[in-house]
Amino acid sequence: MNMREISYLEAVREAMTQEMRRDERVFFMGEDIGVYGGAFGVSSGMLEEFGKERVIDTPISELGIAGALVGAAITGMRPIGEIMFMDFMTLAMDQLVNQAAKIHYMFNGQVSVPLVMRSPIGSGAGAAEQHSQSLENWYAHVPGLKVVMPTTPYDVKGLLISSIRDNNPVIFFEPKLLYKKAIGPVPEESYTIPLGVADVKREGFDLTVVATGMMVPRTLEAAKVLAEEGVDIEVIDPRTLHPLDTETIIQSVIKTGKLLIVHEAAKFSGYGGEVAAMVAESEAFAYLDAPIRRLAGRDIPIPYNRNLEYNAVPQVETIVEEARALAQGRY
Amino acid sequence: MVLLAGNQVSKERKIEWLKKMYQSRAFEEMAEQLYAMGKIHGTMHLSMGMEASAVGSVAAIQKGDYVLGTHRGHSEMIGFGADIKRMMAEFLAKATGYCGGRGGSMHIADQKNGFLGAQGIVGANIPLAVGVGLSIRNRKSDQVCLCYFGDGATNGGAFHEGLNMAGIWKLPVVFVCENNQYGMSMPISNATTVDKLSDRAACYGMPGVTVDGNDIMAVYEATQEAVNRARAGGGPTMVENLTYRWRGHSKSDANKYRTKEEIQRWMQADRDPIARWRRNLIESDILSEDDVKSIEEETYRVIDEAVDYAESSPEPGIETIERGVYAE
Repeated sequence: MNMREISYLEAVREAMTQEMRRDERVFFMGEDIGVYGGAFGVSSGMLEEFGKERVIDTPISELGIAGALVGAAITGMRPIGEIMFMDFMTLAMDQLVNQAAKIHYMFNGQVSVPLVMRSPIGSGAGAAEQHSQSLENWYAHVPGLKVVMPTTPYDVKGLLISSIRDNNPVIFFEPKLLYKKAIGPVPEESYTIPLGVADVKREGFDLTVVATGMMVPRTLEAAKVLAEEGVDIEVIDPRTLHPLDTETIIQSVIKTGKLLIVHEAAKFSGYGGEVAAMVAESEAFAYLDAPIRRLAGRDIPIPYNRNLEYNAVPQVETIVEEARALAQGRY
Repeated sequence: MVLLAGNQVSKERKIEWLKKMYQSRAFEEMAEQLYAMGKIHGTMHLSMGMEASAVGSVAAIQKGDYVLGTHRGHSEMIGFGADIKRMMAEFLAKATGYCGGRGGSMHIADQKNGFLGAQGIVGANIPLAVGVGLSIRNRKSDQVCLCYFGDGATNGGAFHEGLNMAGIWKLPVVFVCENNQYGMSMPISNATTVDKLSDRAACYGMPGVTVDGNDIMAVYEATQEAVNRARAGGGPTMVENLTYRWRGHSKSDANKYRTKEEIQRWMQADRDPIARWRRNLIESDILSEDDVKSIEEETYRVIDEAVDYAESSPEPGIETIERGVYAE
């Protein structure tokens, strides 16, 4: 494999581009993805390579985009869609939840629905209440959908290729702060990472931290601070939220005896509740020597003001504080 | 002006249309009885009175084309060429049904043959038609997609987004609006300011035409012209079939929003699509009264056989309940 350092955004583009070269059934549609190159620049240059029949600029019609993906998927194509901000995916809910997720089961397996709906997720860009949410759990809750949220350039390329080749509807969230900031080694060649397999981003013994999305790099930063204090945390990135790799998490908790879950989405009814309950129901429960803790976004909309926005979701220092408290037995 | 397609329809096809309309009517009458007997549960949306709209339009497509149906789609599916036994089995929630008993009356589908499924969400199949159209275009195929919806769907956002996208990309889709004049209880005149729903097609740069939806030949000719245009690369069309549903919206409907007289008026022989077509075939010496009688008898035989098949079929086993949430 020929490795080189590229950004998260470039890795997303490379995954789509390589799959479109490999498979004529793959096409890409969304708002401003063509000449504009995507609101975040993800698809820059793709129109030039593939033409407007395979890189399709759409009107501002999120429901229409989602429905078109489903219609194409059930008639032999493998479409990729982009919704400019995941907040706008609420407009496409009917097609994703009532169509994409149901068709295979409801019609008793007559056809499958191989589509990928990509969308940037999360706060931190000063985009205020309607462009900053993390509603990944809405989709993780729906049987029939798969939900993926990678956090490194290597993971995003391999997981996006797997998602495009998967025969199910995959909701693919990309933490928007990582597009340009996350730079890392990625093979030039095509490769896959299986869905439903977590990655232990850092091994440790004192505490298991399950982090998702933007919280993964922040937890890894926190781990460095904690290491200097002698606190050694294990950081697990599920990468795929549904299906969840429960075994990796359970084994880690058996090893460390403590579990902290960190996510950006609002705490109430968030993904952390699922992870906590899963561990509490598992054999790892007997190994716990402290309560399972969740550090999550406040139960508020994401405000515009920089300080308010910063304080709306977990940051490196709040992760350090919470992990330290849990590791030191303060709960 | 294209040559009127009706002149080219063979006697055999004309008779076939009558058979399918009979089949649809008899199927739904039987489904109603079975529901009353408690053998079918849940609900169902009957299309009695609308048979010409469905059978006449689906007659305009050819093998390999696609259909997206509605929650009131029994006649669409029978017109398409349903296996009546598998359809009845689905109504009875049996493992041998089209969806193995998982979908029921609202979700009949024969996807391998192009009937992509009946829809429980009003208007949701309109954006699907855009994707089907893109798929046809990108595969450089000459297929056409027939997309059904009711008058009620034309007031939702999916209609606007879907027709707009199909219009700008000139996709090979025929949008068939089965205007039965009520969206559940809401009369169409209260739901929109537009007189003819097909006028809306102009907003999307496509032809729109309104026909007597209870005249099967009028429906067929309008749809055939639209299908030909779509297949030739001329883009989408909206065809509005003016019709009327005899039964309530679903099994919970007490028909409070319309009078008995109004319903009765639409059930009379000068409006009933089946009676009209039967008279047409007899008057044009295609069928005799005796021929019609034997078609009726044959229809009831087919329906009875389907009921026997469905009743003797097994239920889906509990062990299958979690299968197929995800594809392999």
